[in-house]
Order: sequence, then C-alpha cells, then structure tokens
Amino acid sequence: MSSSLAVLPVVAPAIPELFAGAGVLGLVLAGAALGDKSYPFIRWLVMLVLAVTLVLVYLASGTHAEAFGGAFVSDGFSRFMKIAMLWGSLLTLIIAESYLKDTRRQAFEFPLLILISTVGMMLMISANDLIALYLGLELSSLALYVVASFDRDNVRSSEAGLKYFVLGALSSGMLLYGASLVYGMTGEIAFAGISKALTGTASVGVIFGLVFVLAGLAFKISAVPFHMWTPDVYEGAPTPVTAYFAAGPKIAAIALLVRVVEQAFPGITSQWQQVIVFMAIASMGLGAFAAIGQKNIKRLLAYSSIGHVGYVLVGLAAGTPEGVAGVATYMAIYLVTSFGAFACVLAMKRNDVYCEDISDLAGLSKTNPALAFAFAMLMFSLAGIPPLAGFFAKFYVFAAAVNAKLYPLAIIGVVTSVVGAYYYLRIVKIIYFDEPKEGFVPAPIAVRFVASAAAVLVLAFVLAPAPLVTAATAAAKALF
Amino acid sequence: MSMILSALILLPLIGAAMILLVPKDTVGTLSNIRWIALGTTIITFAVSLVAWHRFDATSPAFQFVEQGAWISDTIRFKLGVDGYSMPFIILTTFLMPFCILASWISIEKRVSEYMIAFLVLEALMIGVFASLDLVLFYVFFEAGLIPMFLIIGVWGGKRRIYASFKFFLYTLLGSVLMLIAIMTMYWTAGTTDIPTLMTYSFPAGMQKWLWFGFFASFAVKMPMWPLHTWLPDAHVEAPTAGSVILAAILLKMGGYGFLRFSLPMFPLASAEFAHFMFFLSLGAIIYTSLVALVQEDIKKLIAYSSVAHMGYVTLGIFTLTPQGIEGAMFQMISHGLISAALFLCVGVIYDRMHTREISAYGGLVHRMPLYAALMMVFTMANVGLPGTCGFIGEFLTLLGSRIANSWVALFATTGVVLSATYALWMYARVVLGKLVKPELMSIKDLSPREMVLLVPLAVLTIYFGFHANAILDVVSVPTEPLLASLKAAVGSVKTAALALP
Repeated sequence: MSSSLAVLPVVAPAIPELFAGAGVLGLVLAGAALGDKSYPFIRWLVMLVLAVTLVLVYLASGTHAEAFGGAFVSDGFSRFMKIAMLWGSLLTLIIAESYLKDTRRQAFEFPLLILISTVGMMLMISANDLIALYLGLELSSLALYVVASFDRDNVRSSEAGLKYFVLGALSSGMLLYGASLVYGMTGEIAFAGISKALTGTASVGVIFGLVFVLAGLAFKISAVPFHMWTPDVYEGAPTPVTAYFAAGPKIAAIALLVRVVEQAFPGITSQWQQVIVFMAIASMGLGAFAAIGQKNIKRLLAYSSIGHVGYVLVGLAAGTPEGVAGVATYMAIYLVTSFGAFACVLAMKRNDVYCEDISDLAGLSKTNPALAFAFAMLMFSLAGIPPLAGFFAKFYVFAAAVNAKLYPLAIIGVVTSVVGAYYYLRIVKIIYFDEPKEGFVPAPIAVRFVASAAAVLVLAFVLAPAPLVTAATAAAKALF
Repeated sequence: MSMILSALILLPLIGAAMILLVPKDTVGTLSNIRWIALGTTIITFAVSLVAWHRFDATSPAFQFVEQGAWISDTIRFKLGVDGYSMPFIILTTFLMPFCILASWISIEKRVSEYMIAFLVLEALMIGVFASLDLVLFYVFFEAGLIPMFLIIGVWGGKRRIYASFKFFLYTLLGSVLMLIAIMTMYWTAGTTDIPTLMTYSFPAGMQKWLWFGFFASFAVKMPMWPLHTWLPDAHVEAPTAGSVILAAILLKMGGYGFLRFSLPMFPLASAEFAHFMFFLSLGAIIYTSLVALVQEDIKKLIAYSSVAHMGYVTLGIFTLTPQGIEGAMFQMISHGLISAALFLCVGVIYDRMHTREISAYGGLVHRMPLYAALMMVFTMANVGLPGTCGFIGEFLTLLGSRIANSWVALFATTGVVLSATYALWMYARVVLGKLVKPELMSIKDLSPREMVLLVPLAVLTIYFGFHANAILDVVSVPTEPLLASLKAAVGSVKTAALALP
C-alpha cells in the first residue's frame, strides 16, 4: 500500500497521458476482438477517452512538475498546448465521420490511430529530454503516416502516406543525429542539463547538433526549406486527416520546438535565432507567393499553413516571453480557423463527389449563404484582417518581434501577409462575386456545426480577446 | 459615464441583425429590408444629433469618454470625441440615410446583404472616429475594408473585381506599416491610449520612422498623389452609394489620421516633413486636376477631383497654422457634402441611362431643369465659388499656405483655376448645349425620392458657405492646444540645438 502511494507522486503529472495510453491499449484489444463492426463503438469510446483526457489536462494544476526521472514535464505551457491539441483530435473525429462513411473506410483503426498519435503528441509537448522528445515524435509520426494513407484504394492518399513516411523518416534521422551530437558535446540529454552546459560560445559540434535538431523539427512543422512534403500530403490525404495535420501535429511540434530552444539552448539564443528568423522569412514568403497559383483548395491551404508557420516562427524568433505567448495565442486561433476552413472544404460535396477545386466554390454565396459567409470570414481571418481573430494572432507575434527590435522581420512579415491576403481574397471573390454553379448537397450536421462554430468564434473573438491572451501569457511564463 | 458613442456603434449593427432575421422570400421582403435599413440609419442620425446637442464645443477635452477592459490593462476599449472627431461622426450618420435611399431602386440583387454591408460599414466608420485607443482604432480602420470590398465586388460595375482587389490590397499594404508603428509606440510608451500618447514625446529619430508608418497608411487612404491610383478604379466600379461613402467618409479618415496622430504625436517629424507634404499636395492639386480635365467618365472625373481636393487638406494640415488646419477640417466636411452630392447626381443619370460617359449626355437641362439647377449648385461648390461651402475650405488652406510658404500658395492657387476648368467643362458637356441624342429625349426629371436626396445637401452646401463658423467654431477649439504643443515641441528642440556649442 505504502509503496504504491510512493509511486503516485512520481507519475502524477503524467496521469492524462497514462489514461490516454491505457485507453489505447484497451481499445486496440477491443477492436481486434470485435473486428470492423466495432467501429461506431470504438469511435465513441475514443472520443470519450479524448474528452476525459482533455478534462484531466484541464484540471491539472499547471505548476511545474516532473515525472519519470525528469524526462517528462508538466507545466502551464504544456497544459495550454495540450488543451489546444486535444481539441484538434476531438474535432478531427467529429468531422471525419461522414467522410469515412462516404469513402467506406469506417474501420476501427482510424479513431485508434488518431488516439495513438495524440498520446505521442502529448508526450512531445511534455518532453523534457532528448530521448523523450524522440520517443514522442516517433510515436505520433508512425500513426500519422498510416492515417495519411488511410484511403488506401486512392492512389493519391497512398502516395501521400508514402511520401510523408519517407521524408518523415529522413527528418527523424536528422533529428536523431543532431540529438546525438548535442549529447556528445554536452554529455547531457536533459534540456536543463544541456542548458547548463551551454553558456557563452558554443562549439561547432553543438551548433551542428542544434541545426540538425532544428531541421528535424522544421520538417514536422513544415517550415521552409523542409516543407516539400506538405502540399502533396495535404492534397492526397483524406480531408479530415488533412485538417488534423494542419492542427494537432503542428501544435505539438511547435510546442516541442519552443521548449527545445527556450529550455535547452537559451544560452546560445543568437545561434538558433538566426536559423528561426531565416525559416520564418522563407516560410512566410513561400506561403504567400506559392499559394497564389493553386487551383486545389487543399493544396492552397497547405501553402497557407506553411505561411502561418512562418508567422508563428516570428513570435519564436523574438525569444521573449511575449514571443512565446504570441506563439501560443497564434496556435490556438489557427487551430480554430483552420478546422473551420477544412470543415468548409468537407462541405463541398456535389453528386456524391467531394470537390476540391477552388472554382467549385463559384457563387456559393447564392447557393448556400451561410456556408459562404462562414468560409469568407475564415478566409479573412487567415488573411489577418481585423476584427477577426486571425488579426490578433498576427498582432501578438509581430508585436513580440517589434519588441525584440526585429524590425526587418516584422516588416517583411506584414508585407507577406498583404501578398497572402491576395489569395484569400481570391477565394472570397469566387464565393461572392462569381456566377453560381450547381449547389452543394447539404453537409452533415457535424461538419456544419464545426464550420459555423469556428466562424462564430473567429468573429466574436474581438469582443473578448483577454481570456485567451491572459492564458497564453501565463503559459509562456512557465518557460522563462 | 455616457454610453452614447457605443450606442452609435451598436445601433447600425442591431439594424443589420434585424435584416438578417427578416423572413426571406415573402411578398414585401425587399421593402421590409429597405425600410429597416433606412429606419436604422435615421435613428442613428437622430442619436448622433443628441450627442451633438450634448457635446460641449468649447472644451478641447475628449467628451463622452467611456472605457472598459479589452485586450489587456494597457490596450483598452476606450471611446471619446473632440472637436475633430465629432463633425465626422455627424457627417457619417447624416450621409448614411442618403446612401440607403440612393440604393433604393438601383440595387436589385442581394438587397439584404447590401444593406447589412452598409450598416456594418457605418458602425465601423463611427468606431474609427470615436476610438481613443490606437489598436481599437486600427481594428475599426481596417475592418471597414471587408464590407467595402464586398460592396465594390458584388454590386460594382464591369471591372469590379480588379477595382475591389486593388482597393483592398493597396489600403492593406499602407495600413500594415502603420501597425508596425503602433506596436513600436506601444512598447516605447507602454500604452496605446491616444490621449496619453498625444502628450508623450517620442525620441526625435524614432518619430521619423513612426511618422512614415502612419503616413503610409493615411497617404494611401486619403489618397495622396502618387498613391491615389486605386481611387478612380474603386469609384468608377462602386455602386453610387459606395462611391458616396468612399469619397465622403473613407477618404477623410486619412486627413483625420494626420490631425489626430501624426501632428500631436510626432510634432518634430511633422514639422520636418512639412515640405515633403507640400510637394505631394501640390502634385495632387495640379497633376490630378490636369488628369481630371481629360476624363471621359463622369465618376472618374469626380474621383480625380477628390484627389485634388484632398491635396488642399494635406496642404492645410501641414502648414501648421490655425488657418490651414481649420481650413483643412472645413474642406473635409464640405468635400464630404459636395462629393457625396456629385456622386448622387451621377447616380441619378446613371440609373436612367446606364452609362457614365460624358459624351453620352448633353443638353439635359432641356428635359431635367431641376436636376440641372441642383447639379449647378454642387458643381459651383466643387469649384469653390464664394457663397458655397467649397470656397471656405480652399480659401483658408490657401491662406495658411501663404503664411507658411508663398511659393506653395502660388502653385496651389492654380488648382482653383484648374478645378473650375474641368468641373465647368464637364457640366457644360453633360447638362448644357443642345439636346440632340435621341435616347435622351424621354429622360425624366428628378423623382421625389431623388429630390429628398439632393435638396438637403444643396441647402447645407449653401448654408455652410455663409455660416462657416458653425464648423469653424468647433474645429478651432482642439486646434489651439494642438498648435501650442507643436510649437513647444519644435521650439524646445531648436533651443536645445542652439544651446549646443
């Protein structure tokens, strides 16, 4: 009795992860025993597990606590990011239902794979040493490779999964190589230990290691120049999975990146800062310009997501608590906006076919005014036009960059956001100005709910921005 | 704490919500929507008159101040008005019913969306002039792009898509640079509270950059030569009411911005760049007047004439003299009335003939005597004939520029001649002459609805021409402390420079 109680404080910070992990194991057994007909049952249970995990994370204190010998950390930052990420997983399952039904892929593995990757991402967000970092990343990635190709009879979906896997494996290799270099040079795997060992000037070996680690993580967040996979995978993967990729894994990888640079390498800020600044500028620029010519809405949103990662990195480049608060705010707002946008894409269904061409949206404002309005507001929000939520997201990251005296970065950033506004406007133009095509069939209620809820949140955010901003600021303080 | 300003912002939004709730596809839906929109704008105007009545024009302080928590302790929701912003709010609420009336018949498709867009735009415009927090101001300032983009793009003419994109992206590009300046000010002064920032003295070197940030936004919005190219496109393609709002209110945000932010917050930079602004203003006055001369499209001509008239505004503001600044304020109000009326006049004949080509008209006076008379009043006001409100603004700004720099005054005065040339020539070609075109033979004179639109504007145009003090008394009150603090700031730097060996 006494021994089990003694164990409890050691694992207490990881209770949500343990619960979700236990859920995975139990449901894999149940699914294997019951077969494919168990899909509805497994789906509801996975959603239940996710919801309970969300509550557990929410109820956690948010004070700094470590578990598993310091490999796992739970603090205000991890709590904030996990809540956002878990919402992403839940929303994915909510909007995926009708799509899976239409493509006849209602296999019980789908919700389970989402759950497995979610557990992996929770571990990523809470990783406090290089080993935990790698374990979390791989656990989530392996599940993600599979869901990318989940529509296995579809050539493009299989291609997406394969591409994601090959390039993902490469980036994992780079990450691992970098991690080993860092370990070799500092003799530490814990972030705190690395930070202690690295003060003043860094040796070439450490810088190599740092760059490799950053490159590996840049792949996961699809920052330029490691973004190549993104358009193909976004286009090929089933739409709900694309929505998931744009939110959950990105939030987890960004959280991990923030924690690595702020906790393991704060002593050599100037070294990683220039890498982040470069990636930010390159991502913003590519996201803005490359999206202009796109005809496929999913591909366009892929380039848009590359651009948004650039804006997030602007906040990180500042290297200040304000910057990290900006990153957290940005990710939370982006999660809502991007899910709303993908829900709108899922609503583009005509004659039993899911449309993906931007031109299919022509005249949507006449055939379906509510969907058109939601889509337009989400596009304006992604463009960062006030009073929509996307403006406040950009406001915080750019304000942080200005505060850190990174004026050129901020100016390049706002200018690319104007360029980017062009292609969001183009979608609004097609929806509102063009002559209507045949209307879409009414979307399932879950999809409509997510799209309209996202639009309402994005519109109403201006009335009460303080709660999110305060929470993000508190979360960021945990890292400094 | 008075809540009248938030009430003014909320009222149009409530009207927009009511339009959303109107049952669709029943008999009378369209007329219900129109009447709700008209009623809302009239009630908003009435409430703004109450505010005007309670407004103490003799006090330079911000009035009806209300504030509440918003983003953080330092970025708050704060509203308030003074002698600069109050006239613009009245102008906005006054013109909105005209816009709704002007769209009564000419807008047939998607009426509910159109009215909602206009009501939302009205709320945002009032918010721009009432904001006492920089970030709040920016949000209102930029948010107006969305409804205007839709108004031009959905209900506009043939090249509406090109025009709407150009309008949106141009304005956005200018504004984001202002956003960077706002952030810099926030981190330097620790607040975005406008009254606080007006007394905060930024370092001289920083002022220049901040000034340019704000300049980028306001110069595009005004628009100042040579950043004006979006305006003719937007005007030509926008529906009549859209042009009215664009010319009468949205352009004034630039001038208001210079007065509200650039002058009090960056006095050193404003004094330093005054000549630069003179140069651009003269460019606007002379160059765009010449361009207006050769236009074949009536709306385009009025658009270029607007750019030229805005040139007087920037000229007046940067003379940094009481005459110049008060003249600029007067010019903005009077141009708000005159340009609105002129665009409504164009709308009247466009609704009948569906063309805006000057050459398509001629001799309208024979069939439309009432129209010819009213158009005459507005054309003369546009020229700046004494006795109309157009004269006062031009005269005062020229007076101010004469004090600041005689050469500038000399060149600026040529604009008066040029404006007479293009405006009268246009009037002669459209209204006077022989009625030869067969399709014009059966054209009808003004309907009662159109009389309701134009007569009040004509009355006001002449009224303010004789009672200029009705406006000047209001705008002179905040001008005094503004110029005093400007002098103090510039003077202290000069004495400091003299004290150095």
